[in-house]
Amino acid sequence: MTGPERFQSILDEDGKIEPKDWMPDGYRKTLIRQIAQHAHSEVIGMQPEGNWIARAPSLHRKAILMAKVQDEAGHGLYLYSAAETLGVSRDELVDLLHRGKHKYSSIFNYPTLSWADIGAIGWLVDGAAITNQVMLTRCSYGPYSRAMVRICKEESFHQRQGYEILLTLVNGTAEQKAMAQDALDRWWWPALMMFGPHDADSTHSEQSTAWNIKRMSNDALRQQFVDMTVPQAQYLGLEIPDPDLSWNADTSHWDSGPIDWDEFWRVVKGDGPMNRERLEHKRKAWDDGAWVREAAEAYAAKHADQPRRVA
Amino acid sequence: MVYEGHGAPEEGSEPTGTGRTGWPLWEVFIRQRRGLSHTHAGSIHAPDAETALQNARDVYTRRSEGVSLWVVPSVAIVASDPDAAEEFFDPAADKAYRHPTFYTIPEEVGHM
Ligand SMILES: [Fe+2]
Ligand SMILES: [Fe+2]
Repeated sequence: MTGPERFQSILDEDGKIEPKDWMPDGYRKTLIRQIAQHAHSEVIGMQPEGNWIARAPSLHRKAILMAKVQDEAGHGLYLYSAAETLGVSRDELVDLLHRGKHKYSSIFNYPTLSWADIGAIGWLVDGAAITNQVMLTRCSYGPYSRAMVRICKEESFHQRQGYEILLTLVNGTAEQKAMAQDALDRWWWPALMMFGPHDADSTHSEQSTAWNIKRMSNDALRQQFVDMTVPQAQYLGLEIPDPDLSWNADTSHWDSGPIDWDEFWRVVKGDGPMNRERLEHKRKAWDDGAWVREAAEAYAAKHADQPRRVA
Repeated sequence: MVYEGHGAPEEGSEPTGTGRTGWPLWEVFIRQRRGLSHTHAGSIHAPDAETALQNARDVYTRRSEGVSLWVVPSVAIVASDPDAAEEFFDPAADKAYRHPTFYTIPEEVGHM
């Protein structure tokens, strides 16, 4: 069997492609771009939540939030590793992010204005990410799929801690409940946009589906998320900011109103409320850490001749 | 979450594979619990072995996933060639007599 034949036969059997297998150039490029963007999203995603670590309402909540943000750093690292199996280096990908050549999920270009936003992020943003990532555990590229399995195991706590924050707020004072409602009002639509353009306008979907990278369409994933989330909002006693939201007895799904795609594209193209700050902060953290990297390298060089420990 | 990007890739957004490579790569192996062998978990960048172990602990065992860790320089791994896998593993394909089910033992003999 030739390389291309074997590649196709593995896909036909719903098998996994591994790093050293022959793969089409487009498959490799698509994966590098997608996995890098996913990794960048995990890393930039630490910022909106990191904003509240020092202001968490209790030591208990602070410890939880730190653990969650640390998980996101780990997710970024798993994903950069997966990308590196395709023949690129992590430093090069990070550099492309720093130079604004690579994108990350637009959801992280919105600000976290109140403590309730930390609840809304865990519940909605991690919730939407989980919906997508569960699908990606079935993607055809082995290292990406395995990274997703690991990540999905860790995500469940993220969503639950967020929901619990909101649950506490809605059972608090009227002011606290209003804070929870305000967070839902601001995060609902951006969360739905996380699934990307409608299927009809999604440029890469067809090829990604043929390659078993994408296993469900944007709209199908978004619907799954809405159906899962509406009853959870009802339990909180909060109102989803969509006047058109209604139960469709024929389809047994929730129908939602139109998404503001102008806003979506504006934020994707760089004009969201926090685009500039996020990237500047990321570059600054990298530059500020330069002396640590240099010191570690100097230390490693100095001890290079000493024997390594063995198992 | 749309990780597949939007529209055509921007000019200069494709990594060339020639950029900085940074710290060396290490493969991480975890022994889940005593009595099991170490299994591959992923990889990690670190300037030296000691830091690789600490980074691997922080990245791969945040929830007590292991009781022992190995880190191995990725360049030290020698792999078989997937393009030659058929020939390479071929010697085992026609030796069914290496499996216990190849043999017929009368039922009266009992479990063997
Ligand atoms: Fe994550
Ligand atoms: Fe998360």
